[in-house]
Amino acid sequence: MENKPAGDRGVPGARRPLNLSQARIPRGAVHVLPQRCKGCNFCIEFCPKEVLAPSKDMNAKGYHYPVVAEGKGEACIRCQFCDLVCPELAIYTEEVF
Amino acid sequence: MSKETVVARHPLDELFRADRFPHILCPGCGIGAAMHCLAQAMTESGIPLDRHVCVSGIGCSSRVPGYLNVDSYHTTHGRSIPFATGLALVRPDLEVTVFAGDGDLFAIGGNHFIHAARRNVDLNVICINNFNYGMTGGQAGPTTPFGAKATTAPFGNWERPFNLPYLASAVGAVFVARWTTLHVRQLKEAVRSVMKKKGFAFIEVLSPCPTGFGRPNGIGDGLEEMELYRERCVVDHKASLPDMDIDLRDKKRPIVLGNFLNLDRPHYQPGKIPQETSHG
Repeated sequence: MENKPAGDRGVPGARRPLNLSQARIPRGAVHVLPQRCKGCNFCIEFCPKEVLAPSKDMNAKGYHYPVVAEGKGEACIRCQFCDLVCPELAIYTEEVF
Repeated sequence: MSKETVVARHPLDELFRADRFPHILCPGCGIGAAMHCLAQAMTESGIPLDRHVCVSGIGCSSRVPGYLNVDSYHTTHGRSIPFATGLALVRPDLEVTVFAGDGDLFAIGGNHFIHAARRNVDLNVICINNFNYGMTGGQAGPTTPFGAKATTAPFGNWERPFNLPYLASAVGAVFVARWTTLHVRQLKEAVRSVMKKKGFAFIEVLSPCPTGFGRPNGIGDGLEEMELYRERCVVDHKASLPDMDIDLRDKKRPIVLGNFLNLDRPHYQPGKIPQETSHG
């Protein structure tokens, strides 16, 4: 439901694009480098789909690195915001086909 | 149900001296995000990496060229622009980017900035503005907002700060922008566009400094300062530059962001006097 295009969510009065059937929302897979993370939480806080959550485990420096939150395994749309906003280059996404 | 994959390398690692990671910057500091945007813009610019040069002075943000795996130059305090000017004049084929802080560029190196902009030297200047001297312990600098507290201003800063976009446009920069480390996409696009542009381009990047600026001013951590940017930043490319002062005390006053100025003027080439003058 969440990953459907806007015109297909049953919103009353919403216009349906003509090429809606061809539209495809990308799906991303999250890759993490836990030892680089300094726990600033930028990626967790600013993910538009709220895919990420702090880990229960700690890395060697004692920071809780990001992991995919419970039940959000399919929610990433690969906007790559977490990748760009990460000051440590500790997270990136790859497209899943 | 897919979970995250733990990996050992980042795809951008070849642009960095990744053996030097993790970098010295504090948790919650925004300089790393700006560095990431610069690296991404370099890869997307279409200019070969061996023609990119990054020059910096002294300070937290000036550590960045040391982590970039391109030709880089860590110069003396405030003198990043003179070194970069020399490089840009002797080797016009290189794409010279100055990545330095607000204190380095506008306090110690203030005169160099205004005269390089006046001459319109072909440089891209990225200024990390974290409102204080972060590396030396949070002293008040030329961009500390009026009323904000700092180590050397425990009762609040009495001095009016620089309005950097207004200053840069007044002294002759041909491209002036202001973004924050939250607006990473816009920042990356701005950096990419100035790499294609001839002349003196200036981008101010507002960045959280939880250790030096956030702590004395009641901003809990880097995330809280990023939230503050999310709440108060307004994008207005046609905003009036003189009204662009940053005042964090007045919670209703927006922080204006955008690509404010984009002019075409002949850039500085000694020995060549342009026959046609074009005023922007």
